[in-house]
Amino acid sequence: MNRFAALLDRLAFEHARNAKLRQMADYFRTTPDPERGWALAALTGALSFRHAKPGLIRALVAERVDPVLFGLSYDYVGDLSETVALLWPEGPSPRAGAEKAQNAPRLSEVIKALATLGKAELPGQLSRWLDALDETGRWALLKLVTGGLRIGVSARLAKTAVAALGDKDPDEIELVWPALEPPYVDLFAWVEGRADRPAVRDPAPFRPVMLAHAIEEAELAALSPADYIAEWKWDGIRVQAVAGRRADGAPVARLYSRTGEDISKSFPDLVAALTLPGAIDGELLIVRDGRVQSFHVLQQRLNRKSVTPNLLAEFPAHLRAYDLLADGEEDLRALPFAERRKRLKAFVSRLAQPRVDLSPCVPFSTWSELMAARADPAAAGAGADAEAIEGVMLKRRDAAYLPGRPKGWWWKWKRDPFTVDAVLMYAQRGHGKRSSFYSDYTFGLWTDGENGDELVPVGKAYFGFTDEELLQIDRFVRRNTVNRFGPVREVVHERDQGLVLEIAFEGLQRSNRHRSGVAMRFPRIARLRWDKPPREADRLETLERLLPPDA
Amino acid sequence: MRPEDLLCPTPQGLCCPAGDFFIDPLRPVERALVTHGHSDHARAGHGAVLATAETLDIMRLRCGEDCAGTMQAAAYGETVEINGVRITFHPAGHILGAAQICVEWKGLRMVVSGDYKTAPDPTCAAFAPVPCDVFITEATFGLPVFRFGDARAETAKLLHSVALFPDRAHLVGCYPLGKAQRMIALLREAGYDRPIFLHGAMEALTRYYAARGLDIGALRPAREARRDELAGAVTICPPSALQELWARRFPDPVSVFASGWMRVRARARQRGIALPLVISDHADWEGLTATIAATGASEVWVTHGEEDGLVRWCEMRGLRARPLRLVGYGEEEDEEEDQGAAAENGAAAAP
Ligand SMILES: [Zn+2]
Ligand SMILES: [Zn+2]
Repeated sequence: MNRFAALLDRLAFEHARNAKLRQMADYFRTTPDPERGWALAALTGALSFRHAKPGLIRALVAERVDPVLFGLSYDYVGDLSETVALLWPEGPSPRAGAEKAQNAPRLSEVIKALATLGKAELPGQLSRWLDALDETGRWALLKLVTGGLRIGVSARLAKTAVAALGDKDPDEIELVWPALEPPYVDLFAWVEGRADRPAVRDPAPFRPVMLAHAIEEAELAALSPADYIAEWKWDGIRVQAVAGRRADGAPVARLYSRTGEDISKSFPDLVAALTLPGAIDGELLIVRDGRVQSFHVLQQRLNRKSVTPNLLAEFPAHLRAYDLLADGEEDLRALPFAERRKRLKAFVSRLAQPRVDLSPCVPFSTWSELMAARADPAAAGAGADAEAIEGVMLKRRDAAYLPGRPKGWWWKWKRDPFTVDAVLMYAQRGHGKRSSFYSDYTFGLWTDGENGDELVPVGKAYFGFTDEELLQIDRFVRRNTVNRFGPVREVVHERDQGLVLEIAFEGLQRSNRHRSGVAMRFPRIARLRWDKPPREADRLETLERLLPPDA
Repeated sequence: MRPEDLLCPTPQGLCCPAGDFFIDPLRPVERALVTHGHSDHARAGHGAVLATAETLDIMRLRCGEDCAGTMQAAAYGETVEINGVRITFHPAGHILGAAQICVEWKGLRMVVSGDYKTAPDPTCAAFAPVPCDVFITEATFGLPVFRFGDARAETAKLLHSVALFPDRAHLVGCYPLGKAQRMIALLREAGYDRPIFLHGAMEALTRYYAARGLDIGALRPAREARRDELAGAVTICPPSALQELWARRFPDPVSVFASGWMRVRARARQRGIALPLVISDHADWEGLTATIAATGASEVWVTHGEEDGLVRWCEMRGLRARPLRLVGYGEEEDEEEDQGAAAENGAAAAP
């Protein structure tokens, strides 16, 4: 447990992807089975046990530490697990570690015990573990048992680190992953070349997705229109819908996100429509009365935690299919796209489910024709669905379905995002690893007020900036606070003093919830304009001109 | 006689009216006793200074030859009398030359700790508690969350990272006086024998430590190194340099910070530190509380740091304790801190 804790500790501070990979690969290389397998399970979120409540931890520490000293410490540190880990009494000879290290529980012991322990036994077991672990071990243990283990590593990254042990492609691991179980002894044996590849028994496996490169208008000239098929680029979420049969003949259907996360539970309505064995690549959309709704509507369904009958009725999930990876047992990925598209068309009509339809092709013979279609999808056959279109996709007719982002086969030609220069007005602390930074920003534009020009808030952004820019903005916020309201700081925003942010966004709607009367979609910080005085930021009228006429 | 008659806290620092001197005065005075060379304790402009020979050397190095009217050296354990007050300097284990100052008058013994640590440190004389009636202690890390493990284990973390990332430069932020030299000594003790690169700000002080007998091995100025030489090597620099343009010329740098503050994760995260090393030149909670007990003092005054925690501990043990809330200490380390961040953490975090 102490070694795993040391890894988590290092990962928690590391920002760079490659460095995280190196740390994990080093751990997997030097840690024996089954410990490393349980660590992999923890990193990929494959563990499930009932989490301990913070109250339990507080009660444990209250038996051992003066409440005043605990209060002062918690106040200082700001995180319960960390505070308790740091001040847990270490006994008479705190620095004689050798004997203690022998008593430290192994990660596998902890995980097995957590899965089986009764509620009444947990506190006693927890304090015995805390007695036996070092500071980092206690911290990791408390994060694990309270369910607060967030260390900025995705399941994909952890699998990539495993792949690095034996020069495997992470996609190969994705293929066998659904059939594996912790502690993954067979996986490590295969990756290290000591055993055969584990059998893929999953009847409805995820297949690594193929991604497109962005393309600009100028680059199109080098391509021949005849080599490509164009489709609309839908503004929903990319999913893979897979159905199959178990060995006993029972049907299985699953919906995966583009990273391979099983999201079936959130979309039972759509999963029920996957009645034909095969694997469809497509876009999840909300369709009401035969009309695709904007992403804004889809987001309302995504935001709800519990899937209720009301939710299903109000936001019916729909799959717009654009590729077929498997038809029954047959793997189609090596076929050219034009061929797969024919098979897809036949598959969708055989399936005959109203919730699943074919994403249409956009006919064109020259790039300028396609450009016109992209600029005005409604006129180019998309009709009322145009609101949910964010550009066009170009796919080479002869492209096999290749995992990852291979160059030269698939292109996305997005509509350009809109940008405005806005002024930072308020900042709020973020969550998780950003909890000590001001990372949520409210920005405003100029408008006519009672006393001349004033700034009116038009939106919030909390992404788009680099880690370094975050530090810069954070420092600016701390040094230029004019008011505090709880976690929110008002930041100086005068004509000649303040920070101008270039905000990029995908679209605009009227909104009664905002004082400005407009709401942006996906607002994000495109650039920090330290060079620009706030008085030169944009006006609300500029934004209003971008509103669709009938919206 | 009350202890306040012998030493009393004033805005200029601790004053001894009977001896007509101040200890670590914050502003220029006629006669000063100085515990150690950090700039928040050793300020320029006093009429006469009494300190250890090393502290006097460090003051001359940092503030110039004429930083005080006269300078008198005091050896550890030797007693000097000023206006009838008996004064003895004892090792504080904080940095080279650091001393606790014991003041005795009319049968009352008071010890001013200055900054101190009880953990081993090859760069300076080891701390020993001095029996007294009133102990005046620092409390930089006066909360039970501050428990510093073995500095050698932290050094091992650094060396593991150097081995794991042979293509990246390791920039280790260290306070230029004391921490930098201790870090070098720790690396040598761990068997690291490659050249260590140094930021210009710590060259003179490190040379002084070497002249006083510290084995520092091969050192090279970082400014003269080629980029490829810095990959996989250790460079010691002031903590503030980690965020400066200076750090950009290093290949894919890993930012490391060796400080007691690194015990708290949010502190490391706030500064963008990728590898925090918990190595402190101040006593941790165990060190502070064990020392108070070992002095046998019945009364404790707390000069600066997390006074509330330590005062609470004393009260729980039936010791009279008072926070002096002296403003101005702790800045040697704090001058590196982002002012905005320090203000943000408010009273709870301000050292
Ligand atoms: Zn000091
Ligand atoms: Zn100090």
